[in-house]
Amino acid sequence: MDMLKVTNLNKRYEKFHLKDVSFTLDKGYIMGFIGANGAGKTTTLKSILGLVHADSGEISVLGNDFAQNEMALKQQIGFMFGGVDYYAKQRMSAVTDVVRRFYQTWDDAEYQRCLKKFDLDENKKIEELSDGMKVKYALTLALSHKAELFLLDEPTSGLDPVARDELLELFQELIEDGDRSILFSTHITSDLEKCADFITYIENGRIVASETKDDLIAMYRIVKGAKNELERIRPNLISYKKHSFGFTGLIKTDNLPGGMDLVAEAPTLEEIMIYHAKKEADNETAVI
Amino acid sequence: MIDIVISNTSGIPIYQQILDQISAQIIKGEMHPGDSLPAIRTAAKELRISVITVKKAWEELERAGLIYSMVGKGCFVAELSGGDLSEKRNELFGRRMDKDFAYYKELGLSLEEIIKAIEARYR
Repeated sequence: MDMLKVTNLNKRYEKFHLKDVSFTLDKGYIMGFIGANGAGKTTTLKSILGLVHADSGEISVLGNDFAQNEMALKQQIGFMFGGVDYYAKQRMSAVTDVVRRFYQTWDDAEYQRCLKKFDLDENKKIEELSDGMKVKYALTLALSHKAELFLLDEPTSGLDPVARDELLELFQELIEDGDRSILFSTHITSDLEKCADFITYIENGRIVASETKDDLIAMYRIVKGAKNELERIRPNLISYKKHSFGFTGLIKTDNLPGGMDLVAEAPTLEEIMIYHAKKEADNETAVI
Repeated sequence: MIDIVISNTSGIPIYQQILDQISAQIIKGEMHPGDSLPAIRTAAKELRISVITVKKAWEELERAGLIYSMVGKGCFVAELSGGDLSEKRNELFGRRMDKDFAYYKELGLSLEEIIKAIEARYR
């Protein structure tokens, strides 16, 4: 079942264009949303929630059109955007008291259970919370109103490795029963190597790929070879880097030529991003 | 309970590692017919890998006839006779041998050299 379906989302700014963004997130899975800074991750997430008004496109949540059922569907969405600190001088309990009024499905027992589980003290002020605690507080609010879809913008940035690991473990716990889905953006791709089921990769406002993580990695290969082999393979490469002893490049697995003395290995998500970004940069240089 | 140990640096896809390890445990009789496998989502959480990866391993095990699934109940080790098990064992062994031998040939080893090396290691 589709938890979230985004179809042909478009948003044009003066210097940036979100173009025909489409992807689907199934119920019960974690999707990592990756791309360089400025690629359109936050704009996409905000458009899904209607915080940014898209020029065109359709969003559906749990099979219902978002535009027509906005109030009802927002009850089922938990979200977190970086840099939103509520009222920094207020205690968590005061912020909660405001937030709970927006949700008919608010469950106070669940709220108390989450505070305890995450070791959060309601009497602390928002400004006293660490980055990790802020994420946990956002999750507490979402879980307390029974959210099924979690939209999280860079939840792991600013966390130390231990806190990040703890959070990722929590994500997997959240989807274990198969009823919730998490879409989270990040540029720390190592966060996704393990826990993400799906990866949606956006570059310069366009979706490059939206696949299961395993399929995405299988789609590409890193090739390494000697300098004299570069000429032959160059047209097939997405982009490449030369060094004194040879070259390293990214290629679609389907375009891998036979009969050449090349090393081909599975790329990391980071390598897929780096070589795609290099291609963009090379194209821009070519235009100038 | 089954043992699964995953290496992130071995270069072998994770689903393959799971597949190999569970296959071996079934074939060696460490897991018995009717034993239940952990739920896919629980295994994913415990192993800290994606649900899809575990699903793929379970599907491959089912396709190999080593386990069967019952809707709503989960997956179980298949009822395999001693004959079935040795057949599966030979199949897995053969597949791995093919791969390894291709590499030995690439290295230019003669049959005698290979046999000698195997004998030395088997002792």
